[in-house]
Amino acid sequence: MAHNRCLNTCSFGPKIVSVVPEPPWTSVSHAHPHPPTSEMHLCVSRALGGDTAFNIHSVFKQALNSLGSDEQIEKWTPLIDSFQIIVTYAQTELGHGTYLQGLETTATYDASTQEFVLNTPTLSATKWWPGDLGRTATHALILANLYSSGRCHGMHGFILPIRSLQDHSPLPGITVGDIGPKMNFEQTDNGFLQLDHIRIPRENMLNRFSQVLPDGTYVKQGTPQSNYLTMIVLRVQLLASEFIPALVKACIIATRYSVVRHQSKIKPSEPEAKILDYQTQQQKLFPQLATAYAFHFIDEIVIEFFKKSYQEIINGNITNLPELHALSAGMKAMMSDHCILGAELCRRACGGHGYSLLSGLPSLVTKVTASCTYEGENTVLYLQTARFLLKNFLQVQSSQSTPTLPQSIQYLASAGSGRCPAQRTSDFLSPQLYTEAFAHVAARLIRNSAQKLHNLTSSGIDQYVAWNQTAILHLQAAKAHCYHFTVKTFVESLKKLEKEPEIYQVIKRLCDLYALHGLLSNLGDFLYDGYMSRAQVELATEAYFSLLSLIRKDAILLTDAFDFSDESLNSALGCYDGNVYERLFEWAQLSPTNTEGNPAYEKYLRPFLKNNRSKL
Amino acid sequence: MNPDLRRERDAASFDAEKLTHILDGGPERTRRRREIENLILNDPDFKHEDLNFLTRSQRYEIAVRKSATMVKKLRDFGIADPEEIMWFKSFVHRGRPEPLDLHLGMFLPTLLHQATQEQQERFFMPAWNLEIIGTYAQTEMGHGTHLRGLETTATYDPKTQEFILNSPTVTSIKWWPGGLGKTSNHAIVLAQLYTKGECYGLHAFIVPIREIGTHKPLPGIIVGDIGPKFGYDEMDNGYLKMDNYRIPRENMLMKYAQVKPDGTYVKPLNNKLTYGTMVFVRSFLVGEAARSLSKACTIAIRYSLVRHQSEIQPGDPEPQILDFQTQQFKLFPLLATAFAFQFVGAYMKETYHRINVDISQGDLSELPELHALTAGLKAFTSWTANSGIEACRMACGGHGYSHCSGLPNIYVTFTPTCTFEGENTVMMLQTARFLIKSYDQVHSGKLVGGMVSYLNDLSSQRIQPQQVAAWPAMVDINSPDSLTEAYKCRAARLVEAAARNLQAELKHRKSKEIAWNLTSVDLVRASEAHCHYVVVKIFSGNLSKIDDKPIQTVLKNLCLLYALYGISQNSGDFLQGGILTESQLTQVNQRMKELLTIIRPNAAALVDAFDFQDVSLGSVLGRYDGNIYENMFEWAKKSPLNKTQVHESYYKHLKPLQSKL
Repeated sequence: MAHNRCLNTCSFGPKIVSVVPEPPWTSVSHAHPHPPTSEMHLCVSRALGGDTAFNIHSVFKQALNSLGSDEQIEKWTPLIDSFQIIVTYAQTELGHGTYLQGLETTATYDASTQEFVLNTPTLSATKWWPGDLGRTATHALILANLYSSGRCHGMHGFILPIRSLQDHSPLPGITVGDIGPKMNFEQTDNGFLQLDHIRIPRENMLNRFSQVLPDGTYVKQGTPQSNYLTMIVLRVQLLASEFIPALVKACIIATRYSVVRHQSKIKPSEPEAKILDYQTQQQKLFPQLATAYAFHFIDEIVIEFFKKSYQEIINGNITNLPELHALSAGMKAMMSDHCILGAELCRRACGGHGYSLLSGLPSLVTKVTASCTYEGENTVLYLQTARFLLKNFLQVQSSQSTPTLPQSIQYLASAGSGRCPAQRTSDFLSPQLYTEAFAHVAARLIRNSAQKLHNLTSSGIDQYVAWNQTAILHLQAAKAHCYHFTVKTFVESLKKLEKEPEIYQVIKRLCDLYALHGLLSNLGDFLYDGYMSRAQVELATEAYFSLLSLIRKDAILLTDAFDFSDESLNSALGCYDGNVYERLFEWAQLSPTNTEGNPAYEKYLRPFLKNNRSKL
Repeated sequence: MNPDLRRERDAASFDAEKLTHILDGGPERTRRRREIENLILNDPDFKHEDLNFLTRSQRYEIAVRKSATMVKKLRDFGIADPEEIMWFKSFVHRGRPEPLDLHLGMFLPTLLHQATQEQQERFFMPAWNLEIIGTYAQTEMGHGTHLRGLETTATYDPKTQEFILNSPTVTSIKWWPGGLGKTSNHAIVLAQLYTKGECYGLHAFIVPIREIGTHKPLPGIIVGDIGPKFGYDEMDNGYLKMDNYRIPRENMLMKYAQVKPDGTYVKPLNNKLTYGTMVFVRSFLVGEAARSLSKACTIAIRYSLVRHQSEIQPGDPEPQILDFQTQQFKLFPLLATAFAFQFVGAYMKETYHRINVDISQGDLSELPELHALTAGLKAFTSWTANSGIEACRMACGGHGYSHCSGLPNIYVTFTPTCTFEGENTVMMLQTARFLIKSYDQVHSGKLVGGMVSYLNDLSSQRIQPQQVAAWPAMVDINSPDSLTEAYKCRAARLVEAAARNLQAELKHRKSKEIAWNLTSVDLVRASEAHCHYVVVKIFSGNLSKIDDKPIQTVLKNLCLLYALYGISQNSGDFLQGGILTESQLTQVNQRMKELLTIIRPNAAALVDAFDFQDVSLGSVLGRYDGNIYENMFEWAKKSPLNKTQVHESYYKHLKPLQSKL
């Protein structure tokens, strides 16, 4: 029950606090907050299976570090680090999500008292979804439209106490509660919040980039683009903390189960086969395993790029900001999409037992599936990446000389109208060959979407309407671009493994499989302009199937290598020792339905049966 | 009513009510369905709290109460038609499973079909009157779809004229049967029959498991609930372990096979008849796929008409999110799929009734083909509906993740369909076996009929040359019939490719079975392509039966969208097969986008035509009146976490933490 889980996580939370030492960046000067590489936190969360409270508390901390002034950071940090207060981050509203400008909550400055008056004027303005808000938080960072001297200045952040520090009851004018049961995150009290003209001191507006002077004058300082930073930081962190582990765990569970489970016979004379020996099962699981490895290595490189750019941006050099923004948006959308699909596929590949919560798979699925909307709805994010691609493509087109393109899209300048050179099956195991193929398709789709957009606008259609009428094309272009980026990046990180020939060989197969699976699942794109011939498709298919049987031999070691303990997998099907059935039986007997009697029998079945019998 | 929804409904180009009649199979059937629905929905005995706020035990308890009431009322109202019983059940339980499902759906019918007259007298009436509540125990912990692998044994002891039922290993424990965990007092157990030292394969036995009167497990029986699941909270799926448990000889279901008192085994006559039941169950599951996807589309489309977000043009008010092309692209192909599956479901039901007549006249000739082909359709529709429901949920943004949307429940209730009644991949391979058999038959010079007759026309096989090669140029992307032909070509090509690959593997290896396994991914693709063709064919075939012009127009557009979307998603197959050219594919994508715009004004009326009442949808986002935000807020306030202003965890954990650090 959600109620009990909330209790349990709340007891987890404090324990983690005592386990996790101060992250290194907190001791550094607040003027230059480091990117939060909260590795320790990640490890604790990994060990506890991820179900812990106070997650939003740390989001708040990041927001404070990027949006707060030095004074504010100094004032609030000790309070939040010692958990004297617990702060949530309240952005989304009942009627408004990804589109920030649409938020309705207002913060109106009253110069006579030097206070802001925070208000949720309508039902749809009710803050909705923030984690820890329902029952836990004492304060909230509220995103609201700032009004001062009769003008609206857009979104700003305000720190607001919402519950009494004495008895935790809601403060006057505050309506707060839990938004009810969800697919998962039962341990998190996602909440709602209505504000009825709540007054807070002027100093509670986060003012690193803009402030309201005592007389109500609005002053901007610095570049507001840095506002993106919090979002980028969050998105990049999610890859390793939320998305990839879900897919990895699902792969471990499904693969281990598939060598323990025997079903039917391949040959009548032999005993029942392990289900992983069926080609159809390999076809379900190995592409997911390859994706898990791909994402693991890609994440390392994304983080590297992120750390470097973050430093530069903090130091005032924002050259890399657009690329970082586009890359983090695209990778968040793609990895979230693929991890959701992959985890669910692994669940279904476990047959009926995958439907039991004891398999651990449903909760992995329901948890990661929330990621398709949080921190930016995936379609919207892909379209943001598409805008970046389009802009750079137009630059390539219009400039005489070759412009210096951001690294992730340099292929736009070189990808031409060539043909796939493959002649033999083994050619499709060449990273260079398939990386080029993905570059070709991505470049073509970007070119095509730009062309179609241009056709519409030059026929007199308003540019915004035209963008909407070509949105599917932009979406496809962005997806192809992201796919290319992942293939290219996986290939690059492969090179680092060359010193370990055995490991290299195994990972290379996964890399090949990742690429060929992507190619064959989107075959139309590769055939479309004759880049690949029909004969080459046959070769690619053959190469793909040959990989399945090669990977089969290493499948178990490949999942063991992720090194998740049984406790963190929490799965009767995926345990290291493979004693699936004993564990399933044992765990089922612990179910409250078996230990707490059968009130339904006493109340309804017994009289019902008795009544039926007396009629006979 | 929400003004957006009112405006949308007023602007529709057709009469939604008439479309409802078409989906129901006539105005009279719509009337009768609504009559039954209102009977239940207005009945205070079937009212209860929102299940989302209850524990599993509470949900089970409510389900038991409602089932008990339901059985009584079915009799009171004299409802006996199987389809009407199904409606009744589905309305009482709002489309969720219930603890008596297996009793009504498996235990009683099995008695009816496989029990002798004497057994009918002993068991059927008590079961009909629910003195006996039974379940059907087939699956074991270690064994599912592959029936021959089941380990439970029933060994005949002629001395006492009893069968000894035994679960010899952990993997042999019966696992999953619905109603077994807490509700049933009997089970029909499938076990390997041993008599006179020989094993005669699987047979069915009636096994008492709980004591009448006390409901306690009988000695030698270990029975319980298998614990929490993804969904099915109301259902006590159970386990059953038997420790050399004795039942009388007469408890083996002996209408067909028999064991004589001395232990002599008497073989059954040809038992193709069980195919009939499977065809029925599968046709029902295809209907479920249609209903579940239709519900999900109703919710997502209504919400997308009420929700406003972002801007298309700066300065304009925030548009309805269904005005975004990307949102239309997510939802309209699924809406078209829901309609397609509605027609496929109706087609399967008709087919079942038709062959039932044949069977009663002793003609079983069509059964094997139907059995094979319905396997694939069950898999195809359930896979598609499964991902479609999820896509609808994700299209509702964050709110889709809340249980108030109703979408998580629709998903978790539907998704087992992919594994039960035959795991989908295995089902696809059954269909493939039939396709390959038909292909080989043509190869050896005999024509095949029915849905696979296209295999007669393959260029490699055809007896006389035809102008198939010149064919692609003729695809008319505005003609459902022409698109059906294109799908037919794709199916033919993929069956042929799979058959050839199979032959190639056979040349390289020794065994047929290994070759089959090494071709199975191709075989599944071939089956999918075949099923896809069948769905397009049934959908387009239904268009001409519709008299109402405006409805015919709107359904034709949906049919085109369904077919074109499938082509764009599988463009590799159509290009690779030379069925479509590159420029035709460009037209397909262009036309698809036009259709999105054409369908847009009718979206609200199209989902209204599915005619789900709000209580059946169980969704705040999908409400008919569109007043979502007020009702989400009201719903949230009922959450158990909101019962007290300050949660107990504050005193237990938070306050101590704040003082410690």
